[in-house]
Amino acid sequence: MPNFWSDPFGFIIQGFNNLLLSWGWPASTVQVVGDALGAFVLVAGSLFFCLLLIWAERKIGGRVQDRLGPNRVGPFGLFQAVADMLKIFTKEFVTPTGVDKVVYNLAPILSVAAVIMLWAVIPFTITFYGNDLNVGVLYLVAVGGLAEMGIVMAGWGSNNKFALLGAFRAVAQLVSYEVPMVISLLLPVMLSGSMKLNEIVRSQDVWFILSAPIAAIIFFISSIAENGRAPFDLMEAESEIVAGFNIEYSGLKFGFFFVGDFLHAFTIALLFSVLFLGGWRGPGADQIPLLGFVYLMLKTTIMYFVGLLVRFSLPRFRIDQMMNINWKMLTPLALGAVIATALIDKGVSRFLVTLTPVLYAIVRTAILLLANALVLWTGMDLMGNVLERRERRVVAIEPRPVARPEPLPVEPEQSEGEVP
Amino acid sequence: MILQLFFIVIAAVTLISAIFVVTAKRLMHAALWLVLALFGVAVLFAFLEASFYAVVQVLVYIGAIAILIIFAVMLTRRMMDEKGAQLNKGWWVAAVAAAALFAGLLAALGAWAGFQEGPGAAPDTAVLTQFGIDLVDPSKVAIPFEVASILLLAALVGAIYIAADKKGGKG
Amino acid sequence: MLSDWLYIGIFMLLSLFLPAAAIVIAGILGPKKPSPIKNSTYECGIETVGETWVQFKAQYYVYALVFLVFDVETIFLYPWALAYNQLTFYMVAEAVLFILILLTGLIYAIRKGALEWQ
Repeated sequence: MPNFWSDPFGFIIQGFNNLLLSWGWPASTVQVVGDALGAFVLVAGSLFFCLLLIWAERKIGGRVQDRLGPNRVGPFGLFQAVADMLKIFTKEFVTPTGVDKVVYNLAPILSVAAVIMLWAVIPFTITFYGNDLNVGVLYLVAVGGLAEMGIVMAGWGSNNKFALLGAFRAVAQLVSYEVPMVISLLLPVMLSGSMKLNEIVRSQDVWFILSAPIAAIIFFISSIAENGRAPFDLMEAESEIVAGFNIEYSGLKFGFFFVGDFLHAFTIALLFSVLFLGGWRGPGADQIPLLGFVYLMLKTTIMYFVGLLVRFSLPRFRIDQMMNINWKMLTPLALGAVIATALIDKGVSRFLVTLTPVLYAIVRTAILLLANALVLWTGMDLMGNVLERRERRVVAIEPRPVARPEPLPVEPEQSEGEVP
Repeated sequence: MILQLFFIVIAAVTLISAIFVVTAKRLMHAALWLVLALFGVAVLFAFLEASFYAVVQVLVYIGAIAILIIFAVMLTRRMMDEKGAQLNKGWWVAAVAAAALFAGLLAALGAWAGFQEGPGAAPDTAVLTQFGIDLVDPSKVAIPFEVASILLLAALVGAIYIAADKKGGKG
Repeated sequence: MLSDWLYIGIFMLLSLFLPAAAIVIAGILGPKKPSPIKNSTYECGIETVGETWVQFKAQYYVYALVFLVFDVETIFLYPWALAYNQLTFYMVAEAVLFILILLTGLIYAIRKGALEWQ
């Protein structure tokens, strides 16, 4: 029976299970009920946590843009998101004519569900996690595919050609950026020898961001692109294609696309911390699971902040720039990183087995870091030729015809004798 | 008993979605029913404790192939008002052929001894790791592994050639 | 492991059900005043002219296709990555050959200009 102070989640779960067992329920039912309750807590918790995220995003965004952000509703504007939620709950659902009812209504639900389902496999502490699915890493990418279906359904179900066009471009972007993400996720799997997320956390004696920095960067960038946030937010470019695939949604349905967006941003930070920053690992986290949770939240907050900074500083990419970056830079880089890490790690591991475990970890990480730097350097060199910048005429310094008041050619004067 | 019930429900969902794929009036609806059918197959894989295949089914079939089909359907016809006749004149021939195929499969599988055995007892991760080793083991399936990559390369080159040809020809 | 998937199944049902419940509640709470103008398709304030259909762009299909090829390739690589710690150098080199073949395909696609956004 875990101690309450060191492991509150485990304590509550264990206590609840014992309570149900003492009532005489069979063990399998207890497990199912426990599962359902745990899932409910995670789902509802993540949805309500989104309110805090919306507030944090608006506040930090305001500060980055040298303004205050919401500060009227509640202390520091904390209840602003609650007020917005209440408002959006009471808005009318304006449904355009001719939409396909089922598809139109299912799309926002599917978009949000795809993001929430990511939380099922994340290890929050050494003992508390949804479940340690043995193909956790691939599950993360597969759920992203469901989000794409949600966007397709939104675009098609709206009976609006702008929505459809927006949905096509959004899906093209999402589909393209899944390639480097899937490839870069090979590296944590390789380095830890398992696809379970908790195993990956457990095997991070040295954080994977040091052993596979290229994979970490590529995962971060492609996750931001999958999420559809700036600088990749062509999907919601309000001034360009009339707000994209969610034009025809109003009220809470639109709100759910929004919620999915913000929750996905936090989930990206969470996944990055789990996969590359060591998750709940830290001094003392093995004995006191609560500390592990604290460490995880700390790392996630830092990465979330980095994501917000990226969002509020960079201008939006054009669609052709996005595709160039993806296919000509990220994918070859990811493949190169996989090749280099695989070969070099296998090559040197034969010579390093004689070292003590601590020294082995340090030397191996240093060698992998060097290998990654080499790949990055050669990659940037090679790709500089491919991503050629088209020379654009600098118009300002060319001599231009200047508008000058020139004397107009004078018409021959009318003879004085004519009557005007 | 509960497992039986689950299986029947999921199999029914898959089969009914598959029937709707061919009888739906609008092509886009057919594509969405196909997605449901593929998802049903993924759930069946999960039922068999083949987690890797379940996830790969969702990832590749729903995330890539269904999107490809939807693109093809949406981009090549004027989708918004697609109300053509769903069954052409020779539909009974297709129905007879499908029934014959089904009967043949039933007969072939009925004689299979595998139905009496249970599923393998090894947990999934060990099987998957062994599969990973076998993929590159020269005495096992390393050659098909490399041939698969060449097959994928051929598919990639062929698709790009066709698409580029269309673009270059038509602009 | 079936219990793992049962959990995922419950999770999925809940994550579909809770937003649906929220939308139903919002539907009950909100006003319902449909009017023909509100319900017309949005097109920057102008009326829709002609039928709704979208211009075909072969580019979308090419992206999806290249994604499919690389997805399948990565699916092959995941079991290999899982077994990475137990492989010999020769086996790793074989998989590297696999990746190199597909990298060649990618370079072909880039050079052919098939991945440019027209």
